[in-house]
Amino acid sequence: MRTAGVVESLLTRLASAVVVVLGVCSLVFLLIHLVPGDPVEAMLGEGARPADRAALRAALGLDRPLGEQYLSYLGGLARLDLGVSFREQRPVGEMLAERIPATLELTLVALAIALLVAIPLGVLAAARRGGPLDGGAMGLALLGVAIPNFWLGPLLILVFSVWLGWTPVSGRAGAASLILPALTLGTGLAAVLTRMVRSSVLEVLHEDYIRTARAKGLGPLAVLWRHALRNAWLPVLTLVGLQLGGLLGGAVITETVFAWPGVGSLLIDAIQGRDYPVVQGCVLLISLAYLLVNGLTELLYPWVDPRIGPV
Amino acid sequence: MRGRFSLALIALWGLAALVAPWLPLEPDRVDLPRILETPSREAWLGYDDLGRPVLDRLLMGARTALLVGFGVVVVAALVGTLIGAVAGYLGGWVDLIVVRVIDVFLAFPGILLAIALAGILGPGLGNVVVALSVVGWVGYARLVRAQVLSLKEREHVLAARALGAGHARILWRHLLPLALAPVIVEATFGVASAVIAEAGLSFLGLGVQPPAASWGTMIRDGVGVMLVAPHLVLAPGAAIVLVVLAVNRLGDVLRDWLDVRGR
Repeated sequence: MRTAGVVESLLTRLASAVVVVLGVCSLVFLLIHLVPGDPVEAMLGEGARPADRAALRAALGLDRPLGEQYLSYLGGLARLDLGVSFREQRPVGEMLAERIPATLELTLVALAIALLVAIPLGVLAAARRGGPLDGGAMGLALLGVAIPNFWLGPLLILVFSVWLGWTPVSGRAGAASLILPALTLGTGLAAVLTRMVRSSVLEVLHEDYIRTARAKGLGPLAVLWRHALRNAWLPVLTLVGLQLGGLLGGAVITETVFAWPGVGSLLIDAIQGRDYPVVQGCVLLISLAYLLVNGLTELLYPWVDPRIGPV
Repeated sequence: MRGRFSLALIALWGLAALVAPWLPLEPDRVDLPRILETPSREAWLGYDDLGRPVLDRLLMGARTALLVGFGVVVVAALVGTLIGAVAGYLGGWVDLIVVRVIDVFLAFPGILLAIALAGILGPGLGNVVVALSVVGWVGYARLVRAQVLSLKEREHVLAARALGAGHARILWRHLLPLALAPVIVEATFGVASAVIAEAGLSFLGLGVQPPAASWGTMIRDGVGVMLVAPHLVLAPGAAIVLVVLAVNRLGDVLRDWLDVRGR
């Protein structure tokens, strides 16, 4: 009985996920094909002969009807074939695969930094509510949301690379080169999470079980860590899943600032070169990764909070 | 009154943006001997890498930020409110389709869709507004749809229907006014995100084109000469942070004042 319910709810989720994935793929296709701006013109320049244009258009398959292009695009996706780059004449999938490790590394470290800053800071701010530490933490959180990463990045480079000489200015060579990009990318998330951790902990601090824990003689740290924070995990986890989108989008800008060789800087290069299959591949990859992680986050709910039945 | 400082800052921003074209500014005048000159009494923020006065460009950038910030919010809020209200009110298959479309748009992380769209549409102020509005309407649509769904069974709506009011009148007179408070709060925060997004697109070279001034373009141009002239990066960045802080603060105050829960 129970397993049947679980299977059914999983299937419903899967079905709606398939619809959204199909929608995302279609929107990306429409984005590239319905918007004005001719890739052939951009590649050959204004002075190209009409015959050359027609030849290139035919070679790229752009002369076929839109519906036919769409079907062959979907067919390609089903075979994990993302097409061939206009500029480099290489499969887009191959180009993406080269860039994925760098972006993965950057986002994961940024996420780790955000969690390492936000959880202690948020819990302490909640425990010392109204005090100077709380005020300071909330002030920092406001600032962290307002500082754009394309400004924070150059500032960090100025201070830590140029003046202090501690880290490389840009590029990806060794752990030291990862510090500034990850810090830049993680700051916004850290700020949002600190506020969230603080308010979730504040919410549970009035509960009876906190009073019980205190009454049985547990120290303030143990109460906060074992009882308050554990029950505040769920909203934090949900927010991490949702904010991961901001992190992935922000990675595009951060990678550009630091010349970090990830999917984001590939996207910007491809946009500037009007290399549509690569643009398409990058946007698809990032969005689908975001969808996947959000789906996985939901599967974690019952583990984080056993009061929620298995999804 | 709470948020007085923020309000003053926003007023200053608005004033600068509105009167900038009538001020004796010379944002495009190239003064070669003064290239990269640091701030001084004659030029409060110094000169940039082409010898143009940074303060003048900062004020013209304020105008760009204001135009895009408010332009995007107005377009996105109007379109989103309309779609969300109609979907929530009609229900049925219209609602089903709208919800699916919203889900698809929300599946694109953050600014990614705007970057792709702005890149494909090509640079320019108008295209930036279009790209950010295409991404922005979703939040308003979701918000208003949820509001209308919970409001449409209220007794005053049933009474209006019993009196023979048409759909348009019910939506306009009886539902939207009650759904407005959270939209206003969302729109306030929306101005801040649009300012950051415009600067971000311009920073990537996908936004406002030279010689027009944008805070994002100023940062982009300043990064290359940051070592000798940090003021080129510091000034526009500080302007963005101050404006965003002030607008977010105003949003918080409005949220408490209008008693809107959550974001």
